[in-house]
Amino acid sequence: MSSREKILGAISTNKPALIELPVIDIKSTSNLAADWVDQFIKILESIGGKVIQLSSIDLIKKEIQQAKIGGEYIVNTLPILGEVNTEINSTMEASLLETVDRAYIEGSLGVAENGSVWLYENQIKNRLLPFICQHLVICLSINKIVPNLHEAYKQIDVAKEGYGVFLAGPSKTADIEQSLVIGAHGARSLLVYLISE
Amino acid sequence: MNPKNFNRLFFEPIQGATLSHSEAAEIFNKDEARTDWHDETLWFVREKRDKAVRQISEWEQLRTLGSDIKDHTLSNLDNYLTEFEKNAQANGIKIHWAIDAEEHNEIILRIIREQKVHQVVKSKSMLTEECHLNDFLSQRGVEVVDTDLGERIVQFRNEPPSHIVLPAIHLKKQDVSETFHEHLGTEKGNNDPQYLTEAARQHLREKFIKSQLAITGVNFAIASTGGFVVCTNEGNADMGAHAAKIHIACMGIEKIIPKAEHLGVFLRLLARSATGQPITTYSSHFHQPRAGQQMHIIIVDNGRTKQLGRPDFRSSLKCIRCAACFNTCPVYRRSGGHSYHTAVAGPIGSILNPNLDMKANADLPFASTLCGSCSNVCPVKIDIHVQLYKWRQELVSEGYTATGKKVAMKGMAFVLSHPSIYRIAGKMGRWMMRAFPFIMNNKSINPWYKQRDMPEAPKQSFRDWYKKNKQ
Amino acid sequence: MKVGLFIPCYVDQFYPKVAVATLELLEKLDCEVVFPLNQTCCGQPMANSGFASLSEGCDKNFVANFGEVDYIVSPSGSCVLHVKEHLHDQDEIKASHIRRHIYELTEFIVDVLKVENITASFPYKVGMHISCHGQRGLHLSSMSELSAPAFSKPAYLLNRVKGLQLSEPKRVDECCGFGGTFCVFEEAVSVKMGKDRITEHALNEVEYITGVDVSCLMHLEGILKRQGSKVKTIHIAEILNSH
Ligand code: SF4
Repeated sequence: MSSREKILGAISTNKPALIELPVIDIKSTSNLAADWVDQFIKILESIGGKVIQLSSIDLIKKEIQQAKIGGEYIVNTLPILGEVNTEINSTMEASLLETVDRAYIEGSLGVAENGSVWLYENQIKNRLLPFICQHLVICLSINKIVPNLHEAYKQIDVAKEGYGVFLAGPSKTADIEQSLVIGAHGARSLLVYLISE
Repeated sequence: MNPKNFNRLFFEPIQGATLSHSEAAEIFNKDEARTDWHDETLWFVREKRDKAVRQISEWEQLRTLGSDIKDHTLSNLDNYLTEFEKNAQANGIKIHWAIDAEEHNEIILRIIREQKVHQVVKSKSMLTEECHLNDFLSQRGVEVVDTDLGERIVQFRNEPPSHIVLPAIHLKKQDVSETFHEHLGTEKGNNDPQYLTEAARQHLREKFIKSQLAITGVNFAIASTGGFVVCTNEGNADMGAHAAKIHIACMGIEKIIPKAEHLGVFLRLLARSATGQPITTYSSHFHQPRAGQQMHIIIVDNGRTKQLGRPDFRSSLKCIRCAACFNTCPVYRRSGGHSYHTAVAGPIGSILNPNLDMKANADLPFASTLCGSCSNVCPVKIDIHVQLYKWRQELVSEGYTATGKKVAMKGMAFVLSHPSIYRIAGKMGRWMMRAFPFIMNNKSINPWYKQRDMPEAPKQSFRDWYKKNKQ
Repeated sequence: MKVGLFIPCYVDQFYPKVAVATLELLEKLDCEVVFPLNQTCCGQPMANSGFASLSEGCDKNFVANFGEVDYIVSPSGSCVLHVKEHLHDQDEIKASHIRRHIYELTEFIVDVLKVENITASFPYKVGMHISCHGQRGLHLSSMSELSAPAFSKPAYLLNRVKGLQLSEPKRVDECCGFGGTFCVFEEAVSVKMGKDRITEHALNEVEYITGVDVSCLMHLEGILKRQGSKVKTIHIAEILNSH
């Protein structure tokens, strides 16, 4: 008998009688989208992220241009922000990605209760990019903020692409004496532009 | 007779060189300032958890949901596993099944050899600790680099993690500084956590980039979609998995949840319970290997199906490894993870490990005052302290108790069933020595007396007073 | 209303004053109190050591002593919890009556007698030690781990005692480390836990530490005496019965 059969057999012998699956009936405490935005900002900032609200993307465009002139390796993945870095694809080598100073990517949805942003694989172009870049910038439409994770899971399809992530703030650790250090292995900073254009 | 020998009267000694929990805890407590520091550091984490959960008005409702979803899942586990397998295979993921730790380790070794891999990185997975994967591979010439900062620290020191979420919580920054000075060449005496973390970042980035194979754990595996979720704050699981050509994810059979919507419940519970964060920095959802990558999942039993067959203890399989029960446990905080001599320490470890080996872990269910705080913080409402009590009964009925204790308890049971004997015995104070060892007259062998005075015996008992005054 | 007084064995032998205070207090509150002389123990010391299987005779004796009263009241939350959760007998009708009608003293006064005024006076600074079994088992007070409204039956009563200044330690409901036989099998951790409770009470400059369980207080008293501390322990029954 294979291990698979042994394990499944032991489970079917040992499991208890079927218990019903509960329905998730959590109500969100506020129904005001404006409150969600406030909460999103407050919480993301409390976990080390930075949020800037913008009514026009021109500023971001300018920022990218200037940084590129300054010689930093800036990666833009959003066509609306100007020229896209086409060298970033799913097979790009880690050693090259490691040289990215700052990456601009688009977020799908923000979650007010925990300050996280959902990113699909096609938005990040390469799975490593949001982790390996030194600094990460996410552009998120202000209309895409939902109150909590229950709502978020209703709106995203986790299996639509090969990979997706809820990302909440910069990489961090408190493994040395519980002192919080920002910038463990992933990005050292996270800036979210909330765009209301 | 010192207390160590006293305990030997009552517990079968653990085989080999392993110290029992109480012996190791006594050594831990020799450095009281350090014990205080350990206690306060972990209490601080508990306080962060309290603050975070108080911000969620529906917290208790979420715990109930988490508990009920897990209960349901365990009652239908075989079907969910096969559903998961089918969907994951359709996603291009290769599924392996391992009946025990050995098979789990062998599967990984086989993949490593077949693919001629030399560089392996691993992010935190308590399952691989439970299976002693690192030792297994290193004995066979494969170097595994642990990439979680805490795990890397203890790996350099040749120690096991002492906590399932905060592996190096037993170490002070001076200890880390010395370790990094030795292994990474950091400045001697520079204890700044920022500086030390930066050194580890540089060191491990190089490992990530060069690695060919990445091993990760699994926090949740979704039956209906055939994908899995891995949560980290550092980003090390993602750095490893996305850089390597091969990704192996190891999961116990109990990691299954039915649908993606259930992640909404568990991700809300997990990080708040663990560290007081609203969510971990990265909650990564893997469904398919990336182009050109191989993705494997190893589904491991290693005693879990046996635990599933124990009605009193099966709910321990609901655990989502948040470690809230560690942080709240007054005994854990004052004895340290290594005193539990097992991969998973703390209250949950004390109800999981006797299932794996009753004899070796017979001391653990007794390393508790049964205060019940663990059950109250548990996000999936495992009645941990009730199970500790039940394990005590189980261990005794299976014969894992020393003769001295058995004789004492039988004598006590006899006295307590016979009021007339009880009254005489009570006067003589003799049987009380067994029921309440702190009353033992011999101060030199009485552990109560070591650091505590005995209660003063009054002139008359309440019974005598009652007979005189009320009858 | 006939109340059977259950006095745990070590209280009978070492803390008769707690038993006397409990009895007098209940009588003051108009209860008819009896003390069945053939009582022994609730069986907890055996059960918590893993020998619940041996408790049959002990349980039988408990039922024989307390099967006929309306309520069973005890100044020990831990023993009450044990009986509530584990007492079984061939005479299951009586055993179940006992399980449903056994009360820890303060919950009996608050929930059954519904007393609103206490005539006692105790002009001291008193620190409240919350015993785990009373709290997490019998729900005598709210628990710091849960997101739920705060309440405390013992504090409700103590706050009605004249002159008494009640304080809480920083970690309001951390265990003192007694834990039955834990106190000797895990001596080092047990004592350390007790010392830490005492340190927090000392920061509040208390004169007394009180609680609903004699066992916890005995453990704390043992440490206080060894330290040569001026702080004393006192059972809540003694405070509520003071004049
Ligand atoms: S038993 Fe509960 S509290 Fe302890 S680690 Fe598991 S889920 Fe967390």
